[in-house]
Amino acid sequence: MNEELQTAISALEEKFSIEKEEFRGEVSLIISSDELWQICQVLREIYDFKFLEVLTAVDYWPEQDPRFHVVYKLYSIEKNLRIGLRVPVSGIEPSLPTLVGLFQNANWREREIWDMFGIRIDGHPDPRRILMPHDWQGHPLRKDYPLGYEEVQFSFNAEEIDQDKPYAEE
Amino acid sequence: MGIEQKAGDLGAVTIRLEQAVNWARTYAMWPMLFGLACCAIEMMAGQAAKYDMSRFGMELMRATPRQSDLMIISGRVTRKMAPVLRLLYDQMPEPKWVISMGDCASCGGIFNNYAIVQGVDEIMPVDVYVAGCPPRPEALVHGILTLHDKVRGETIKTWA
Repeated sequence: MNEELQTAISALEEKFSIEKEEFRGEVSLIISSDELWQICQVLREIYDFKFLEVLTAVDYWPEQDPRFHVVYKLYSIEKNLRIGLRVPVSGIEPSLPTLVGLFQNANWREREIWDMFGIRIDGHPDPRRILMPHDWQGHPLRKDYPLGYEEVQFSFNAEEIDQDKPYAEE
Repeated sequence: MGIEQKAGDLGAVTIRLEQAVNWARTYAMWPMLFGLACCAIEMMAGQAAKYDMSRFGMELMRATPRQSDLMIISGRVTRKMAPVLRLLYDQMPEPKWVISMGDCASCGGIFNNYAIVQGVDEIMPVDVYVAGCPPRPEALVHGILTLHDKVRGETIKTWA
């Protein structure tokens, strides 16, 4: 691992409680949602990780509990270093603080997390759905959300499916 | 025919009203600029030099629905876009026709899920379906010619 990255991680390990995972040169720190904002502030101000590349979430239901992992990847443009943060969030009333004050591009990505997973972002300036229609019920990228597919019409069941399919008349 | 034998050299031609109106509508059909996804690229290719659609009178693609009479829905329609599509269709004045271009607009295509409308005929009545993913510009031109045949066959009863 790069030395500067190592110094940054060691400094973080002293102040906060983190676990470290490394895979083929990429480092990932597992942190808790209470310390997320402070860790991001330290990384941004002191260690120059000024660019938020990735902000997504993963659903590990039903294998793991806590169910969601929210993934942040910060990049330092001057030093060409990447660091990843993972925050485990439980499935019951999930919520996270917003990073909009630190990284402006977190705005739409946090809206996407709310829309697709149902993880509330506290303090977000514009909390509304971004990909689905505004009155949609449910959060589509959760593992227990139905696929929502329509049955394929072959020649043997074409007429049955055709009767229930909504067609517009003018 | 009788009148042309008598008055042929005077330059008078007789034609049925339906034929005249349908001929006029066919050769001056202005499509609305409505490309949604990948099929829009093929529609642009159809409008460009090699597979020229302006030879059918579609030189301009009007961006406003108020001045167009053909809506070529090229691309997948999401559930969020569906009310917008219906609004644009309602804003087009009569007579209007709809070509559903590509698989996603005709039947949902490969996207069989919660977010994509499975066939744009759930929202509006379609005249011609063009299959393909994406259909080649020649296939789109074939679809337009099929629509022309359909319009040529319209009678006064269908106009009413």
